[in-house]
Amino acid sequence: MTRQMTGAKMVVQALKDQGVDTVFGYPGGAVLPIYDEIFQQNDIRHILVRHEQAAIHAAEGYARSTGKPGVALVTSGPGATNAVTGLTDALLDSIPIVVLSGQVPTFMIGSDAFQEADTVGITRPCTKHNWLVKETDKLSGILHQAFHVATSGRPGPVLVDIPKDVQFATGDYTPKPQAPIGHYQPQVKGDIETITQLVEAIERAEKPVFYTGGGVINSGPGASHLLRELVEATGFPITSTLMGLGAYPASGKAWLGMLGMHGLYEANLAMHGCDLMINIGARFDDRITGRLDAFSPRSKKAHIDIDPSSINKVIKADMPIVGDVGHVLEDVLKIWKARGRKVNREAIAKWWQQIEEWKKVKCLTYKQSETVIKPQYALERLEALTKGRDRYITTEVGQHQMWAAQYLGFEDPNRWMTSGGLGTMGYGFPASVGVQVAHPEALVINVAGEASWLMNMQEMGTAVQFNLPVKQFILNNERLGMVRQWQQLLHGERYSQSWSEALPDFVKLAEAFGAKGIICKDPKDLDDAIMEMLDHDGPVIFDCLVEKHENCFPMIPSGEPHNKMLLGDAQATNAIAGKGAVLV
Amino acid sequence: MSALQIKKGSSKHSAYNLRPTFSDVQETHTITVLVENEPGVLARVIGLFSGRGYNIDSLTVAEVDHEGHLSRITIVTTGTPQVIEQIKAQLGRIVSVRDVHDLTAEGSSVERELALLKVASTGDKRVEALRLADIFRAQVVDSTLESFVFQLTGTPDKIDAFAELMRPLGLVQVARTGVAALARGKA
Repeated sequence: MTRQMTGAKMVVQALKDQGVDTVFGYPGGAVLPIYDEIFQQNDIRHILVRHEQAAIHAAEGYARSTGKPGVALVTSGPGATNAVTGLTDALLDSIPIVVLSGQVPTFMIGSDAFQEADTVGITRPCTKHNWLVKETDKLSGILHQAFHVATSGRPGPVLVDIPKDVQFATGDYTPKPQAPIGHYQPQVKGDIETITQLVEAIERAEKPVFYTGGGVINSGPGASHLLRELVEATGFPITSTLMGLGAYPASGKAWLGMLGMHGLYEANLAMHGCDLMINIGARFDDRITGRLDAFSPRSKKAHIDIDPSSINKVIKADMPIVGDVGHVLEDVLKIWKARGRKVNREAIAKWWQQIEEWKKVKCLTYKQSETVIKPQYALERLEALTKGRDRYITTEVGQHQMWAAQYLGFEDPNRWMTSGGLGTMGYGFPASVGVQVAHPEALVINVAGEASWLMNMQEMGTAVQFNLPVKQFILNNERLGMVRQWQQLLHGERYSQSWSEALPDFVKLAEAFGAKGIICKDPKDLDDAIMEMLDHDGPVIFDCLVEKHENCFPMIPSGEPHNKMLLGDAQATNAIAGKGAVLV
Repeated sequence: MSALQIKKGSSKHSAYNLRPTFSDVQETHTITVLVENEPGVLARVIGLFSGRGYNIDSLTVAEVDHEGHLSRITIVTTGTPQVIEQIKAQLGRIVSVRDVHDLTAEGSSVERELALLKVASTGDKRVEALRLADIFRAQVVDSTLESFVFQLTGTPDKIDAFAELMRPLGLVQVARTGVAALARGKA
């Protein structure tokens, strides 16, 4: 059954059919017909952001915290180009979002019309797929296909570019079940033979480690559940990438903490020394591997990934398994149980003894201060005062992000939203807006640095307008902390342009937007100030003045392997040298 | 691949086995890609190659199934075995790509290219050009009193060889289609 309606109405109808309840967007000339349809209905809530980049990040926050695709609506030209950073961010972190952009009418495309940009051309390399819709009859089918592509296989951002005349014209609406999904049907079941090899390796392994990533979270809560079962049953230690935090609970007894450049000593040494590495939904990112030719030199590596192009891209997999994490883990457990639940208990106990030795290094120790708030201390207190609450954390990018990953504990998936792959400063605030919209009753905190936060500070308007009680926890060191740290380590302490000069008074800034501002600079006042933030029913900017030249440790310097970690300032002078200096 | 550029077998200087994870040998492969014939599909494929720094030695594209809206893109590319595998995997994840085959790796195939070569000369050179064209089974598709346009079909090697021979005989312009290729046999 098909129905006749305008293209603009089709957009709203297709979103409803897809179960969309929220759209983040910003109007403009080329999307006015769609905005007119949004005005005339109440099923879909529109959140008006203050910049299109923020619409995309908010949609990402919504998607990551719910597991559903996020939706954003932007106008042509600058609306679409402003979306590019968010699209790239979602592409690198495999976040399912559907972006709808307006376009000049079809008969004006190519004429350098007002607010015209080659949106599909510009966004081709930063989307999983995109479409320019030239006929209203095809619009609804493409919209349904867009949701299918965004959420199937390795999730990612898609964009549908809709010219204004296509929005005005009338055509046939294709309902979701009749929509042509196309031939895009990625494989979800892993190869049983290779899975059996992995089970055999699990039975024999003496020094195994699970290395998990964002793929576990993307695979859904079922995958996290299966992962927990497998970890508990085997007793193998588990570490995770930045993107995978929460898939296994931080309070779990097999948890080693995050790995990688700023990962924990015990996690990185376990990766270096293991004889069996089981990569589940991670992609051997350069933040994880360090020096490739010295990466975990003695291990057999299993790699479970839904994207065949992730396998053997940087690290050769001995047991490559293409499939969805949930499906593959189900098969691993089934086969392992059927074969008698065997593991080499004696060797694993010895391996744990070794890991306990590494843990004794206490790599997250920092020098406490009576007079200045240490950023690590601020996060420890934030963790202590919010633990057990219905809490979601977003972050910006930089030192504060790494400290948040180190000092905050995540018990469940979808609770941690951060820009991992692209490292987008300005991600955290709009993402927190998206999370809060999806979870109105939850505590949503954006752990930020002052420099990152300023990149999308205009979203205070959104937070206040929609009464979103997001807590902006800014670790203010008046520096681009990570840049400054690298300049110290690599560029002879010449701190080129890494100072935040002329910072606003964050309390007054909050008040100017009609929100609450809190400033705290004394460690003794910190707990009370955090409680004041938590108790306030509304958006808060928390200006936490912290130690200015604190460095983020532990750290694997560029070009070094996992076992060459820096643990503190004493080791850090000119730590990055030679070939490592060219790496970022 | 090896960031350190350390030769194989020199691992005794290190605690680690510094054998490169992947082979450094460059191979040339012909990859055939069946794509949905929609706007921008060629840009997706070319953008993948330029964006990820892969080589394109030759590329041909044309619609092969009008009703099914399918086009075939034939790409000749050079890279290490690991890069070739990545190219295939990356092509395979483009949503409008239906099918990727590495003809070089998957048994024998036929490869053909068509070239037009304009040779301008008179006297002995003109006669010699025509004689060589005959040996290579090139056809004359245009002629003036001072020039020929030859059409030649064959493998890229054969066309290279013919062009090389024509160079001293007055070769002025060459147009080549790039390689079209199919696997041998029934399927």
